[in-house]
This record gives sequence, structure tokens and C-alpha cells, in this order.
Amino acid sequence: MDPGHRQQGEGPALSAAGAPAEAATVVALAGVDKTFANGTRALAPVDLAVRRGEFVSLLGPSGCGKTTLLNITAGLVTPTHGTVRWWGGPLAATGADGRRLAFVFQSPTLMPWARVDTNVRLPLDLAGADRATADRAVGEALERVGLQGFAHHLPRELSGGMQMRVSIARALVTHPDLLLMDEPFGALDEFTRQRLDEDLSTLWRERGLTVMFVTHSIIEAVFLSTRVAVMAARPGQLIADVAIDAPFPRDDAFRVSTTAADYGRRLSALVAHAGAQPGAGARSA
Amino acid sequence: MIETPHSSKIVRVAAPAAVALVVLLLWQALTAAYDVPSYIVPSPRVVFDTLLRDRALLLSSLGVTLGIALAALAVAIVLGTLTALVFVQSRWIEMSLFPYAVLLQVTPIVALAPLIIIWVKDTRVALVLCAVVVAIFPIISNTTLGLRSVDPGLLDLFRLSRASRWQVLTRLRIPSALPYFFGGLRIASGLALIGAVVAEFVAGTGGSGAGLAYQILLAGFQLNIPRLFAALALIAVTGVALFGVTVWISRRALARWHESELDPTR
Repeated sequence: MDPGHRQQGEGPALSAAGAPAEAATVVALAGVDKTFANGTRALAPVDLAVRRGEFVSLLGPSGCGKTTLLNITAGLVTPTHGTVRWWGGPLAATGADGRRLAFVFQSPTLMPWARVDTNVRLPLDLAGADRATADRAVGEALERVGLQGFAHHLPRELSGGMQMRVSIARALVTHPDLLLMDEPFGALDEFTRQRLDEDLSTLWRERGLTVMFVTHSIIEAVFLSTRVAVMAARPGQLIADVAIDAPFPRDDAFRVSTTAADYGRRLSALVAHAGAQPGAGARSA
Repeated sequence: MIETPHSSKIVRVAAPAAVALVVLLLWQALTAAYDVPSYIVPSPRVVFDTLLRDRALLLSSLGVTLGIALAALAVAIVLGTLTALVFVQSRWIEMSLFPYAVLLQVTPIVALAPLIIIWVKDTRVALVLCAVVVAIFPIISNTTLGLRSVDPGLLDLFRLSRASRWQVLTRLRIPSALPYFFGGLRIASGLALIGAVVAEFVAGTGGSGAGLAYQILLAGFQLNIPRLFAALALIAVTGVALFGVTVWISRRALARWHESELDPTR
């Protein structure tokens, strides 16, 4: 939507992703809030626009409405007020070429009875894709995530990190334009998480994806993002929008660089400030 | 793929077999030592001899009872699964009808059987119906639970992919329900046999269509206690065999992926 009311770091990080500065808006939330049926106010009104090629992280403590905001963006949850537009249109208009969205959950969410290739193929099967096309797409997606030898394995035969890779392959198999990820690596050990972060970053650049990524790890948010939206709790709200202005590809050296550390400090202060004064993080609007 | 250490496999069979052997030997020794007449407690040997001698009669009766039990189990599986599928279509349907499934379950079959036998002309059909009434509940309740116990994340994924109701049912709900269904099947297999025997008791059908229950009744009246024991043993063994078959089927179907059938020694 109207990008004028962002507190800090307005947009230019896009150049790092190689997208034009005036890239098309992929998804736009305007005045979106959510009060659940039991009266819980999960989200105060939020305005957020994500443009093509951006990697936007939603960062904040547990219970700040990150997942709710992501679910609304996916169309899984209907907001109480406000509107969401995907590529300028309604949810029903998504799914066509150039307007596909895919979701990666907190847990791998695989069908335990089905082999890896069947799991990855699922979105294509549900859409009624023909066999040859689906086979090719599945093979390609598995290769993308480095699991080409595991097509015939069952989920339980894989490690947690590998299961998450299967989940990502399943999201990639439809060639999505917008990838929504809900703390996908939160349950993994630090080493696995770093590797997957690197792979995801590469994938995002090579595929020209647009990503919305929920995390509570400041380090992860800085490493991956072109922009970090900081959220506060009670009720969930956006309190800051910080562009991470550093070139890609980012590597281990970037993780320990002063640039990353500075951003980390800044985000950390924002999150701590929001936590110290519940409700005081006045909306930037 | 799954390998059990050889020793544990042997123990699993040998331990209960040893218990049976000890009990039988003790039983044999006690009946001999106290000279118990076989019209009160026959010795295992006498029971075994009776089983061999009366095998034609007993096996044909077993065939009748087993036929009723298996027919009832088949009907219970089909009807129970269909009922569960109807239940999960809406909470309203389930709320309205589930109490009646419970009612069917808690009403003693001995009380219902005479009515069913009066109402249904063909005795065989009546007996099968009685056994169905007993066996169907675990299938309905377990399968309903299973069809509802779907990973909410996977359900979201199907929604995101705009899956139809049919796709959600066939690709998600039914596979998720299989472990629950097989749990119900194990219970139902035993209940079908019990239902068949109880119904035969009530009906008291003799003649060529006489089942094992009738042989037990008759043997009791005639004080032919060894035959009573032999029939009892046959029913027990049949029940165990039915249970074993359902366990085997469920293992075949689920061993690859479900926790309940994974080998713990692996």
C-alpha cells in the first residue's frame, strides 16, 4: 500500500536482489487486524506491502501475531477488518502463472504414509497436473534441495533437516512466485539451520522469488532479508521496518561482519523496547 | 528392512507356549492325582481325545459359527466405515446420530437377540445381524475419530492447494484414519465371534445349522463335559486366530510408516 508511513529503511534494499526499485507489489495488506472468536486480539491494524523480489522477515517475540499475519497473507485466516490484495487482485485470482503462492509450515507437515516424491508431488496432483510434467517438476525440486537420491524414502527415514528440505521442495514444485514461510527452521539445530538459510538465500536469488519469512531469530532475519518488519505483542503490531542494506550473496563472513552486528543490535533494541513497554510501540503510521 | 534379533522372536513364542505347557501338565497331574471324574473336570488328554473323536461334528459346527462371525465382521466393516464417513461430513450429523450408535452398543445383545430372531425370518440372517450389532461400534467410533484426526497443517496445505472435499477425503482423511480403523478392527473381530456365539445361545438353533454354541448347550444338557470343553477350546482358539489375522493385516498395511507397528527393537 502507501509506502510513505514506514518508520525507517525505505525500500532501496531491492537493488541487492536485482529487482527494479519500483517493482510491482506482490501482496499488500491494508488496515488488516484480527480478533479471534474467543475475543483474543491477535493483531492490531497492520499495513504492509511486499514488492516483487523482496525477502521480508517478520521478526518478533512469541505471541506477537507473526504467524497470524502470515496466515492472513496466505489466505488461510480471514482478517476481521482490512483488505489483502494479491498482485492487485483477490485471492481467487492467485494460482495462475506468475501469481502462485506457496507455504512452508513450522514443522515439515509431510504425509507419513507417502514416499518423499509423492509428498513433493502433492500440490501438482491436487491441481491435476499431467504425469510427465509432474515427474519432471518433482525431480527438479528434489535436486534443488539436494535430496535427489531420496525420492523413494519415507519421511520417517529422514532427519529433521531433510524432512524440512522435502517440505521446501514441495513448496517449490509449483514454481511459486510468493513463498510464505512460518519459522521453517525453528526446530532445527544451529548448524542445520545455517546451511538451510544459505540454501534458501541462494534459491530466492536464483529463482527470483518473493519471500515472507517468520522468525524469532535476529541473526537469521539479518542474514536472509532485504527488509525486516519488527513486531510487538499485545496486541500484535508492526513497530518498525528496517531495510538490511548489504549485498548478496551473503556468507559466513557476513554473519560475523560489523554490518550484520550493527543491524543485529538495532533490531535487538527495537524488539527489547517493544517488549519492555507492551502496547507502547506506537504504530509508525 | 526391519530385523528383529532372533532370540527375542523365539522368546515371544516360547514364553507363552511354556506357560501353556506348564498349565496343561499341572491340570493333567491334578485330575489324575485326585481322580476327578471327567463329567466334572475332564483331563486335557480326555479333552484332546474328544476333540479328535468328535472332530467331524465339532468342525462343521465351528464352520457355522465362524461363517456367522466373519459375515458379521464384513457387514460391520462396511456399515461401520460408511457410518463414520457420514458422521465426519458434519458435526450436526454426528451429534444427532452418535448417541444412537452408543445406544446400540450399551444394550445387551442377549436382550435384543430374541427380538431380532422373532423379526427376521431367516435364522442365519438374524444371527449375523445380532453379531453385527455387537461388532460395529468399535469400527464406527474408531474410524470416526481417525477421519477427524488429521494433521491440521496438512489440512491447511490441502486448502492452500484448493483441494476438493473428495481429494481431502481420499488423500488425507482416509490414510490418516487407517491406524484407528485397524485398532477398531482388532476389537471388532473378537466381538463378532462373541456376538455370533451369544446369538446362537439365544436362538438355540439345532440340526444341520447348529453352531458351536449349540454343541456347548447340548453337551451341557447331556453332561458330556469333555465335548463341552472341546467346543470351548475350539471357540477360544478361533478367537485368538481371528485376532492374529487382524493384527497381521494391520501390520502389513501400516508397518512401513505408522509408529504403532514399527518394530521397537529396531
